[in-house]
This record gives sequence, structure tokens and C-alpha cells, in this order.
Amino acid sequence: MSGEGQAGAVLGGLAESEQLEQRPQPTRERPRRGLGRWLLPTYVTIAFAFLMIPIVYTFVFSFNDSVKSNIAWRGFTFDKWLNVCNVEGGAVCQAFGNSIVIGLVATVLATTLGTMIAIALVRYRFRARSAISLLLFLPMATPEVVLGAGLAAQFLAVGVPKDMLTIILAHTMFCISFVVVTVKARVASLDPALEEAGRDLYGSPSQVFWRVTFPLLLPGILAAALLSFALSFDDFIITNFNSGSVSTFPKYIYISAARGIPAEANVIASAVFLFAMILVITVQVSRAAREKRLAKLS
Amino acid sequence: MAFAAFATAEAQPQAPRKRSAIALVLLAPGIAYLVLFFLTPLVSLLLTSLQVQSEFGDIGEFDYAFNWQNYVDVVTSYWPHILRSFGYALVATVLALVISYPIAYFIGVKARSKPLLQGILLVLVIAPFFISFLLRTLAWKQVLSDESFIITSLKALSLMAPDAHFTGTPFAVIFGLTYNFIPFMTLPLYTTLERLDLRYLEAGGDLYASPATVFRKVTVPLSMPGIVAGTLLTFIPAAGDYVNASRDFLGGPGTQMMGNVIEANFLVLLNYPAAAALSIILMAAILILVGIYVKRSGTEDLL
Repeated sequence: MSGEGQAGAVLGGLAESEQLEQRPQPTRERPRRGLGRWLLPTYVTIAFAFLMIPIVYTFVFSFNDSVKSNIAWRGFTFDKWLNVCNVEGGAVCQAFGNSIVIGLVATVLATTLGTMIAIALVRYRFRARSAISLLLFLPMATPEVVLGAGLAAQFLAVGVPKDMLTIILAHTMFCISFVVVTVKARVASLDPALEEAGRDLYGSPSQVFWRVTFPLLLPGILAAALLSFALSFDDFIITNFNSGSVSTFPKYIYISAARGIPAEANVIASAVFLFAMILVITVQVSRAAREKRLAKLS
Repeated sequence: MAFAAFATAEAQPQAPRKRSAIALVLLAPGIAYLVLFFLTPLVSLLLTSLQVQSEFGDIGEFDYAFNWQNYVDVVTSYWPHILRSFGYALVATVLALVISYPIAYFIGVKARSKPLLQGILLVLVIAPFFISFLLRTLAWKQVLSDESFIITSLKALSLMAPDAHFTGTPFAVIFGLTYNFIPFMTLPLYTTLERLDLRYLEAGGDLYASPATVFRKVTVPLSMPGIVAGTLLTFIPAAGDYVNASRDFLGGPGTQMMGNVIEANFLVLLNYPAAAALSIILMAAILILVGIYVKRSGTEDLL
């Protein structure tokens, strides 16, 4: 089941690989026989089916004509999709709206702060570099429950009441490190010659930054922003410690889990899922198209 | 994304230039933010963990002190939860690694010549991230409930005792943890396997190594950074998780982990020092384990 025995198959697969065409063909091709050839693809198919089960379940039960709890299948309906906000005085939609607002504000804050750090880390020399790297790594290596309890203990000690603001502060904190790592890779791959060219053409530092550096970093920054939003939107553990009475979408689900989740929650989750998938697929397809164009040019 | 984070975090040869005044301006706001909302809270947590109950105070009122006794108290009353957290997380991490490696290998190596297939499979790996983590876990609770098709079939086939349950058992919690963290394992594995130079495998084969030996002596050592990143990305959140083990999700009264106890003490019992002491223990244990693990696997440049 593990990759054992597959290493040989790689040799056979090499011949078809476009990128490796220039290389001499492997001398010892290993034709895969019967079972072994299908073992890995079959396993991967089953594994993906397994990964998809809860997603399909959530989607299917968003069409369930449920009354209170959404457990037994009672028939197909579009009602829940059409009247999402009509349940419990719109509590689901309220929670969803809060999640969106928190996600957007935290994303803007974290992306700005993180991008600045990433540029500084790659471009400049300064003391305490290793201490700063450690400070950036630690939040990613700390369990969420500790991050959440720590912030809550601090807010308690200072006497700050928990509300939307405390959630936003918490989310920004854990997103920064992920932004730094994502953007840093992009800064590192940037060709300094492009900025030099800008300066040689008498561009002022700010012109060079906004006209050359920033547009080149933009894909990395956007990826970091999407990641931040996704992390913030789906965060439950840290939110639970720092939200007081404010509801977010994950918190709403956690609290309703005891008495049964309304199908409307499935509707919102499914809609978000479809939206995110369309977004990701569009990005993938357009990137593939661009690469094809570039490949033709060269 | 996050998982690529660890894989790309390897030290790259950089040529930092001078002008540290600008660097300071760029760094100051973000670093100040992390000091204020990450580092200081850890100090608060440490101070809170040493507090004593106010003498005439209400529930949830504490005074600063150096009460080390709190640590002794939480360890004596919650040691099963502490062991459970690390035990469940360890088993889930190993399972996730065993399940994910072939997936990552297929996407990163076998599908390398087919970019479209590779793209589709990668989207499918991250697809679970786009649907609420809590709803996914609840979906499993329904799919594996006592009345569900799967469990009734297993009972009909006598593979399960007629009065046995799946949800509410340690198996269900480990199952949930494994499922939820498979993408965190698969992606870092994929990023290293994707860059694996296949000529090394050829060389192994040319030297008459069996495919199994090539895998053990070449593929696995070369994918070590991915294995380390993936296991850390799975183990750390799994050890601190309390959603899967919660009674309303896949757990039961006998499956509570450290996260559940921290949550209960902090948010329900208002016993802040106990929650803080447990958090400090969890954090310290993880940092020590991670430190040893990273050292022993020889991937220190990960930091």
C-alpha cells in the first residue's frame, strides 16, 4: 500500500514525461504487470472517495426537508437554499455575516503587517534576525487552544471585554506568520535586476516599489490574503476563547451541535464550498492557460 | 498555503542588503503586534497559572501568587487527559502519514507528466478545507452513528458486536483526528515529492536495488523534510484539538483530551489557573517534542 514497489514504476513513467525529454531514456524500463500497475491508482481513488464523504454528506443534507434536527432524510427540497435566513430569527446568517466581517478585517491587517515583515526579512540585514524568525515560527507551532487561552487570559488581566474586536485581534495574530511565509517565498524569487532597472530609469523609491515591486509581489500577496481569510473564517478554537457572546459561523455550529444543526447551516457551508472551489479552479485554469501561452512564446 | 509554508521555509541563500532604517520601519508594526498579542499572552498565561483563589472572592476571582501547587493539582487530576492527548495525536499522525504518503506520491511523482490531473487532485486534497471543519466532523458522526448504513451493515456481518458503538469511543476520536489532518500531511509531502529528482531512483535501480530498497533508502530519506513538516502540522493541532473529542462530536465521556479540559476550566468552571497551567504544560511538552524530533530527523533548517 505504501509507495514500495512504486519506485520501479517511476522508471516506466519517465518515458512519457515531457519535462524530462531531453534526458537520456532510462536504460532499464520496467514494464508494470497486471495488479501492481493498478494498485496505486486504485488506492488513490478510494482515498479520495473517503476524503469526499463528509463534503457530499453536508451538501446532500442541505436539501433535506428537515424540521428541527437535520439527521434523518425526510425528502428533497430547495426551501432551505431559498430561505436561508428564515431560521431562528436569522441566527445563522448573523453568525455568517460576523465571520465575513472578522475575516475581511483580520485579512487586511495580517496581510499588510505580514507583507512588510516578509520584505524586510528577505531584503535587509539586521540584528536579531534569528529571534524574529523564531517569533514568527512559534505561533504556527503553538496549539490553538494555547493561543486562545493565552489571549483570553491577557484580555481578562487587562479588563478588555470580549467582542468582535478581540476576535479580530486574535485572528490577525495567528494569520501574520502564515502571510510572512507565503509572501517571503515570492520576495525571494523576485529578480532584483527589475528593480535596479526601475532605479536606473530614474524611478523614485516609491515609484519603483508601487510600479515594479508591488505588482510582481501581488500574486503572493493575494495567495496570502486568501489563506488568511480561509484560516480566519474556519477558526473555531481561538474564537471560542475570545468571542464572549459574539457568534461566528463555526461557533454557531459548535453550540447548535448539542441540539441539532439546522439544514440552513449546511446551505451556507455548501455555498461557501462551491464559491471557493470555483475560485480555486478559475485560478488554476487561468494559470495553466498563461503557462501554455508563455511556453509557446519561448 | 500553510502546509507549503513549512516546506518553503527552508533557508534560502539570500543576499540581504543594508539600509536597516527601512527594515526597522517594515518590521516594527508586525513584530510589535506579535509581541503584544502572542508573546505577552504567553506571559499572562504563565502568571495566571500561578494564581491562587482570592480569599473572600467569588468564583473566577484570583490573586497573583507563586502557587506551583496548581501544576501538581492539574497533573494529578488530569493525567489521563494529558496521556490521551498525546496518545491519540501520535496514533492519528502515524495513520495520516501512512494514508497520505501514497496519495502524495501519486500526485507528486506519478502525475507529474499530467499537469491537469495533478491540478485536479491537488484541488481535491484541499477541498475539505473549504467546508467547515465542524460540519465535516458532524457529518462523520452521522455517517458512523449506530443507525447508519455502515454500522448496521458491520453489525449484520457480525464484524461488530450488536450492542457496540463507534461514535463516543477512542477509535472514533482518532478516526476524526486522522481524517481532519490528512490534507495537512498530504500537502507538505507532495511539495517535497514533487521536487524529487527521479534520476536518483533510476540510479538506485541501476545499482540493482529492489524497488522496496530504493523506496526505503532513496525516496524516504529524500522526502524527509516533507515527512517532518507533515507530521508536525498534524501532531501539534491534533494534540490540542478538542472538537473531535467533544461529546457533541465524535467523542464521549471517556475520550476527553487536554483541550476539552482547558476549555471547560476556562470557559465553564472559570478556574483560570488550572486552564492556564494545563495550557503551559501542553505548550512546553509540544515544544520539547518538536525540538527533539526536528533535531533527530536532521531538518533543523526547517526553522
